[in-house]
Amino acid sequence: MAEHKSQYTGLLGWVDARMPTLMSEFKKHASEYYAPKNFNFWYIFGGIAIVILVLQILTGIFLTMHYKPDANLAFASVEYIMRDVTGGWFIRYLHSTGASFFFIVVYLHMFRALLYGSYRRPRELIWIFGCLIFLMLMAEAFFGYLLPWGQMSYWGAQVIVNLFGAIPLIGPELALFIRGDYVVGDATLSRFFAFHVIAIPLVLLGLVVAHIIALHDVGSNNPDGIEIKAHKDAQGRPLDGVPFHPYYTVHDLYWLSIFLIPFFAVVFFFPEMGGYFLEWNNFIPADSLQGPTHIAPLWYFTPYYSILRATTEQFMIVLAVGTIGMSALLLLTISNSIARGAIAVGTIVVLLGYFTLDPKFWGVVLMGVSVMIFFAMPWLDHSPARSMRYRPVWHFWLLIGWVVAFLILGYLGTQPPTPAATLMAQALTLLYFAFFALMPWWSRMGSFKPVPDRITFAPH
Amino acid sequence: MSTTTVTESGEPVQKPINKERRATIVVAAAFGGAGVVAAAVPFVTSFLPSERAKAAGAPVEADISGIAAGEMLTVEWRGRPVWILNRTPQMLQSIKKVDGEVADPKSLRTAYPTPAYARNEYRSIKREYLVVEGICTHLGCNPIGPFAAGVNVQMGSDQGFVCPCHGSTFDLAGRVFKNKPAPDNLPVPPHKYLSDNLVLIGDDSKA
Repeated sequence: MAEHKSQYTGLLGWVDARMPTLMSEFKKHASEYYAPKNFNFWYIFGGIAIVILVLQILTGIFLTMHYKPDANLAFASVEYIMRDVTGGWFIRYLHSTGASFFFIVVYLHMFRALLYGSYRRPRELIWIFGCLIFLMLMAEAFFGYLLPWGQMSYWGAQVIVNLFGAIPLIGPELALFIRGDYVVGDATLSRFFAFHVIAIPLVLLGLVVAHIIALHDVGSNNPDGIEIKAHKDAQGRPLDGVPFHPYYTVHDLYWLSIFLIPFFAVVFFFPEMGGYFLEWNNFIPADSLQGPTHIAPLWYFTPYYSILRATTEQFMIVLAVGTIGMSALLLLTISNSIARGAIAVGTIVVLLGYFTLDPKFWGVVLMGVSVMIFFAMPWLDHSPARSMRYRPVWHFWLLIGWVVAFLILGYLGTQPPTPAATLMAQALTLLYFAFFALMPWWSRMGSFKPVPDRITFAPH
Repeated sequence: MSTTTVTESGEPVQKPINKERRATIVVAAAFGGAGVVAAAVPFVTSFLPSERAKAAGAPVEADISGIAAGEMLTVEWRGRPVWILNRTPQMLQSIKKVDGEVADPKSLRTAYPTPAYARNEYRSIKREYLVVEGICTHLGCNPIGPFAAGVNVQMGSDQGFVCPCHGSTFDLAGRVFKNKPAPDNLPVPPHKYLSDNLVLIGDDSKA
């Protein structure tokens, strides 16, 4: 093959002649990737999430240099990092604060997608990769939380591993398989360490690459929820787009510097964040004979945890009524006789299951569904307009209502269960699921505003 | 079926598929795939408890002579807390009283089978001494207690144990109250009395 004729000179020209992919990819993903020019505040979180990912990997590498994944040494090695390793406390607080901020940023990033319909066709794959990233992030956080081998590490892992034990037939064997011992112990700690430092991060990085490639193939959505590729100039560049680099790299860097202010305020002044980022009980070494008097997962898991706790025997009746209502609605809407039969049979099977299997199992199922349901968003939303800007105002308030339910569930999940709190969590659990289950119907209702042909943009 | 190739000058040429070659490729891929699956087996099975983990968990002896009436001793067996509670006559009374309020009063459920020698009113060999694992049958937290009547909000006017995780409550025989997340009574480990004061936890063989 003939040598590639480079447009560059000097060292870059020398490299480009031998590896033209470098500059062609830089163009494709940065200097000639056209992003809509009306991005607002909500579009900063993807870039910040990548910065946090890099921060977690870097701080993680340095922590592994001092940490010991051994049930007898782990707790002391973390304290050694905190007290004796020069700058160790800083590296660890960056890592622990980074974990919580990762979730804050990812939740805001997901909220942006819900607000502007960024999951809608043709961006379903971007959304699916994003949901997988979220799942992997949860796994990463869970595995990492065992490593300090404190009381919450130990008993938290005990509870989560036992969630798998609730699955009928294979459950107890599966829990044993995950733990590698009859109790959470050294075998569990070592394998969780392996997952936390190498297995999950590799998958996570691959998914982030897939997420970005899929995004750059179809192009970014924007607050108006319209396609900028519909209007191109003579060179085929979108008229309403600007090159990602330098326009959005600078925009992202500007917002990153603002984001780092609260981030470092937490790192330096409130690393425990009142027990929400680092739980008090985790400063006590793991004790397999005496659990803490209050166990709650870290704040980013508590909404789902609340749903798990809300599923009691009495709640199964409410759930059964909801399931019957849901299937009646489906039977009324769908005309295909095979589909109708499947729905009827499915409903009966599920109803039988509600009252033959333990509520404990259904709690685990509901918790799983509450996370997995995000995957279905592109197919649940049938709104004619993507963006909330052009949807009926009450759609927006419904979304806000769901967010509030999510936040209150999150708060309740951090608190001890009292009868009143459980009742409230049950009501909010119903609301949480109704938002998604009824979306195919409500998302079409109401009066939609006309969607503009070109993006709305006011130069500063 | 046919396949498209290009000549040296770049002209596309349609060629019929060589079925024999295709079949060879399919067979080779199938054998290779089987090899990969076989190679995965040792990796997957390495997750199972090791021989060392299986060998651990020998029975433990506990001396119950030092447990005052109403007090509880916790001993470790297979890494789990096993409670030995010396129940007072008043405590035993409280068990009888809640027969109608517990989910499985006769310990008939089989998820955590109660040994035959403990399938009685007080779920114990000796009336006074309750021997149960202090692990909630819901998701494996460690319940707290025993609480006297009216001390704990979740326990209310009953006596017993409370799981702080999800609010399951158990009576002083380790029986779970109705409409709580935990489906089963606290497990009774296999155990036997070697003498009046010595209980062996983890072994109930007769010999």
